[in-house]
Amino acid sequence: MTESTNRSQRRLPEPIIALGNILAFLMRSPTSAFGLIVLSILIITAIFAPLVATHDPYVQDLNITLQAPGVGHLFGTDELGRDIFSRLVWGSRITLTIIFLVSIVVGPIGLLVGTTAGYFGGRLDTVMMRITDIFLSFPSLILSLAFVAALGPSLNNAIIAIALTSWPPIARLARAETLTFRKADYIAAARLQGASSLRIIIKSIVPMCLPSVLIRLTLNMATVILTAAGLGFLGLGAQPPMPEWGAMIATGRRYMIDSWWLVTYPGVAILSVSLAFNLLGDGLRDALDPKQMNRR
Amino acid sequence: MDRPMLEVKNLRIRYASAPTDAVRNVSFTLGRERLGIVGESGSGKSTVGRALLRLLPSAAVTADTLRFDDLELLSLSERQMLKVRGRRMSMILQDPKFSLNPIQRVGHQVAETYLRHFRCSKADARAKAIDMLASVKIRDPARVFDLYPHEISGGMGQRVMIAMMLLADPSLVIADEPTSALDVTVRLQVLNILDALVRDRGIGLIMISHDLNLVRNFCDRVLIMYAGRVVETLAAADLDKAQHPYTRGLLAAQPHIGGSRAPLAVLERRPEWLEEERA
Repeated sequence: MTESTNRSQRRLPEPIIALGNILAFLMRSPTSAFGLIVLSILIITAIFAPLVATHDPYVQDLNITLQAPGVGHLFGTDELGRDIFSRLVWGSRITLTIIFLVSIVVGPIGLLVGTTAGYFGGRLDTVMMRITDIFLSFPSLILSLAFVAALGPSLNNAIIAIALTSWPPIARLARAETLTFRKADYIAAARLQGASSLRIIIKSIVPMCLPSVLIRLTLNMATVILTAAGLGFLGLGAQPPMPEWGAMIATGRRYMIDSWWLVTYPGVAILSVSLAFNLLGDGLRDALDPKQMNRR
Repeated sequence: MDRPMLEVKNLRIRYASAPTDAVRNVSFTLGRERLGIVGESGSGKSTVGRALLRLLPSAAVTADTLRFDDLELLSLSERQMLKVRGRRMSMILQDPKFSLNPIQRVGHQVAETYLRHFRCSKADARAKAIDMLASVKIRDPARVFDLYPHEISGGMGQRVMIAMMLLADPSLVIADEPTSALDVTVRLQVLNILDALVRDRGIGLIMISHDLNLVRNFCDRVLIMYAGRVVETLAAADLDKAQHPYTRGLLAAQPHIGGSRAPLAVLERRPEWLEEERA
């Protein structure tokens, strides 16, 4: 009796322990620690945006346009007198929304396409991979531009367009992973138990692909941010007056020579967040690699 | 027990893009007995086993008859096959290191068979799986249930594999070299467990092996295969009275304790054995 209660106590927090191990591993190397810290700051800022921001991001005050960074306005004000720091803080919400929505759309689509193509092989594989190739043959920004132009410029359409263009690398990766253990004995054993193909894909193959897909998604997020900012810059993403970082740079461009703070701070924000995602992805690759498990 | 459980007549298997058949004109029947299939590497033993479960998607399998109980195996749809695999016919694979999913707890993999074939709650399946683990002589099965495959030994892994494949009470089990990956001391233990379970439950067993002594001790009948053909069928007890030169060659190539110290006979392979009329 005592033994069984012990076990259930030990079993419950296991994913938490695993997560703790991964975080501890990431904090050990300076680069991934940087990524982790920047992203935690980003997430905390986004959650507590109303508390962190010093001003309302939408309120205009034409008396104080284009003020240099100073005491009242930490990062200065823009051409309509809005506080840039507050706009950056609120903009982090938009950035996180984009990343989150794109990731939850792209991950499952890529996994599904890749694993089914890899598992069944043959003609299905050929057809699915050629479709993937078509998507891969365009630069993702150009393709999302085309999609947004067709759907009409707005933040939601930008998210849809980015999602449509960023699943192919994930699908490729999942397929390659699937091919390596499609013929493995434990897949044969699962079939011997009477498991259907769908069940095998979901219960055996997807979990095997998950670590590498997760890493790829994290590395992808940097690209997603840049594409979203690029679309915003071109006026095809978030529309004014939304405080999206790319759109802020686009409007600030006209005043760049005299008022450097209009473009610098959003630029630094984009740079540090996408850099953080890249570094975190790199760190995760080491942390989730089973060959390095014993180093943890 | 007039009608044998499994009836195979003129089974032919050809892998896609292969120039010749991997298995040619193999015929045998099986009741509730233990049949051994012996032969050298590449003689088509495992291919026969996998073909019975229709696990060879890329190969062309033809046969005059391939009957299992009341089922014509070759005419079943994949969906119907799912109900046969694991439930009525199952297969024990060679190496537990590769045949257990490395990222799932072993108990879940065992319980999976039960969940797949019976309507029951997860708790029921867990209880069943723990019972089954106990019956393959795993000590403290409730603890082993929650271990990952890399945390258990090879012999234990193979016993888990046996538990997994016998859980749904199949009427035919194919053991594809079940002990080749184990060392000699564990081998006998695993075989005894398998033997006891098969005997108690009245399961038909096909033991695929290249170990003549093992087959002689554990099977009722022996099929000797060479290059995709069955060259001889014998009662296990009569193995010494084998007629075919290939079987005699296999027997002569085995060392014996206290036997002569002269070099062992080299197995000869004559091309005419490939062409011989079917037995």
